[in-house]
Amino acid sequence: MKLGNTIKISFRALRRNKMRSILTSLGIIIGVAAVIAMVSIGNGAKSQMESQIASLGENVILIFSGAFSPGGVRSGWGGAGTLKIEDALAIKREIPSVSAVSPEVRSNAQLAAGNENWSTGNLLGESADYFEIRQWPLAQGAAFTEQDIRMANKVAVIGQTVATQLYRDENPLGQILRIKNVPFIVTGVLTSKGLNLMGQDQDDIVVMPYTSAMKRVSGNTNLRSINVQGATQGSLNSTKDQIVSLLRQRHRITSQKEDDFTVRTQEEIAKVATAQTDVMTALLGAIASVSLLVGGIGIMNIMLVSVTERTREIGIRMAVGAHGKDILLQFLIEAAALSSTGGVIGIILGIAASKTVSGITGWPSLISVSSIVVSFLVSSAVGIFFGFYPARKAARLDPIEALRFE
Amino acid sequence: MSAVIHLEEIHRVYHTGEVDVHAVRGVSLEIAKGEFVALMGASGSGKSTLMNILGCLDRPTKGRYLLDGKDVSGLDRNELADIRNQKLGFVFQNFNLLSRTSALENVELPLFYSKKPLHDRNAKEMAEDSLRLVGLEGRAGHHPSQLSGGQQQRVAIARALINRPEVVFADEATGNLDSRTSIEIMEVFQKLNEQGITIVIVTHELDIARYAKRNIIMRDGQVLSDEQVSDRLSAAEEMKKLTEAQQAVQLTP
Repeated sequence: MKLGNTIKISFRALRRNKMRSILTSLGIIIGVAAVIAMVSIGNGAKSQMESQIASLGENVILIFSGAFSPGGVRSGWGGAGTLKIEDALAIKREIPSVSAVSPEVRSNAQLAAGNENWSTGNLLGESADYFEIRQWPLAQGAAFTEQDIRMANKVAVIGQTVATQLYRDENPLGQILRIKNVPFIVTGVLTSKGLNLMGQDQDDIVVMPYTSAMKRVSGNTNLRSINVQGATQGSLNSTKDQIVSLLRQRHRITSQKEDDFTVRTQEEIAKVATAQTDVMTALLGAIASVSLLVGGIGIMNIMLVSVTERTREIGIRMAVGAHGKDILLQFLIEAAALSSTGGVIGIILGIAASKTVSGITGWPSLISVSSIVVSFLVSSAVGIFFGFYPARKAARLDPIEALRFE
Repeated sequence: MSAVIHLEEIHRVYHTGEVDVHAVRGVSLEIAKGEFVALMGASGSGKSTLMNILGCLDRPTKGRYLLDGKDVSGLDRNELADIRNQKLGFVFQNFNLLSRTSALENVELPLFYSKKPLHDRNAKEMAEDSLRLVGLEGRAGHHPSQLSGGQQQRVAIARALINRPEVVFADEATGNLDSRTSIEIMEVFQKLNEQGITIVIVTHELDIARYAKRNIIMRDGQVLSDEQVSDRLSAAEEMKKLTEAQQAVQLTP
């Protein structure tokens, strides 16, 4: 018997029970749509996180003053001023695999320009390397120079948010920016980077030479952190180890004591962040898979009813020469057709649902081809798996008994 | 004449529950090509069981069954299915047509399971030929629910004929029909038999059996009598008589 004929018979049977076929597929449709929507929302969150991590810069190692651990110097990271400018200079001088270093001081300040004013928490003092480390090009103007750092010149580079808040439609370049009433000159405007991992606006920023920040704004010479760029990605971990031993030596930390600083590579930060979204995606997918399973059981249920209801039909087919495997195939194809058409519709609905959800809530969604392929294959497999038992039951019927069935 | 069906000491025992039921107890018989046999007996006589064995729907517990010279008593399910498809045709009491399926598609059904390669167009032509043989050429597109009982049974006969079988089996084929339609169906069988097709019918109605050429009566799983029908009825003539009688009734004021 030809496969084409069996397929024809199966589809004819499904068409005859349109309503039932649709309702049966509905279980799979909802299951697949849920999986697609959940996974694409999870993937969207993950890709957003990855792009945020990428916005940290390239081959970045962050050194914070203070330790995460409760022992040793008891203060959180960024707290105690254990890092000095000399530490930053020593790292640059003594570790060859470091390509750029920027000591960082940070403070809050009230900004004013003309009639406008704006308060920012991201008043950063950095070295000129900062823009290279963070891979952050300027949209307009130029960064400050080594000369500016040496002279502690009153120059600043501002982010997009600060630019629009203070200067509206005017060109900020060369304009006066008052920081705590000290007049600075805007030399450059940064391109937009969007939100960071914590959901903070990265464009709400003013960057100036660290010397200027210490002398003219905060009066404090302690560093909050040091931004380091490794020369190559591969050597990042060994660079980190060298930094740790160098700083321990410089801070005279004996071998029993804890570090009074914290070093994190970009990779480590990424790992922690993506681990969370991976868990979330897996969880959402697992919940959605349950509905796919329920859909599969629905198919089995209907196929069992169908086999019982069509016992006599099976008997007739066997009487005129159908083999057991012809009957098996017929019912398997019916189940697979139900579940795979359900799968296709579910994929379409799932894509629509994830677009709608991300449209309404603003969550990013990312529909991956692999999730579409996998859910199509899984839905077909569900049909075959749950259709097999009823199909085998049909194939094993005795033709005489089947014909006698009322 | 060569024997199409050759039975040697056929037994069939059902193992149901505690008591074994010995439904057929040693039946031996031969049916030649072109015969028209009526298998008769009261219910429980074993005629249906014998019929199932003859129709390759069931296997004998003991004994040998040669169909068209080939021993089929030891074949497995699939081999029996192929024999049914290629060499046998079935007509059942309750028609056993697929509902919501056109007459033509019902007739085509055995071709679906045929081993011989066949084009769709050929299948359709063969089914139309078969319907023409039973006088239903105009009803190919009708579903069983749109046909009368007699017409449904003719569709079933057309289905039985499509693979040019050696033997057509009819199990109480007229059991669900009124007497006039019964005669119509017997007329179809007689016509087919005249064309050389071997026919075996199971019936418990004596007057139906008189349309056959040979009557085999069973009792308690054994053949009680096996004889040629001496006063054979012609369905065509009976039909004419019936029509005349009806006209006479109508003409009488």
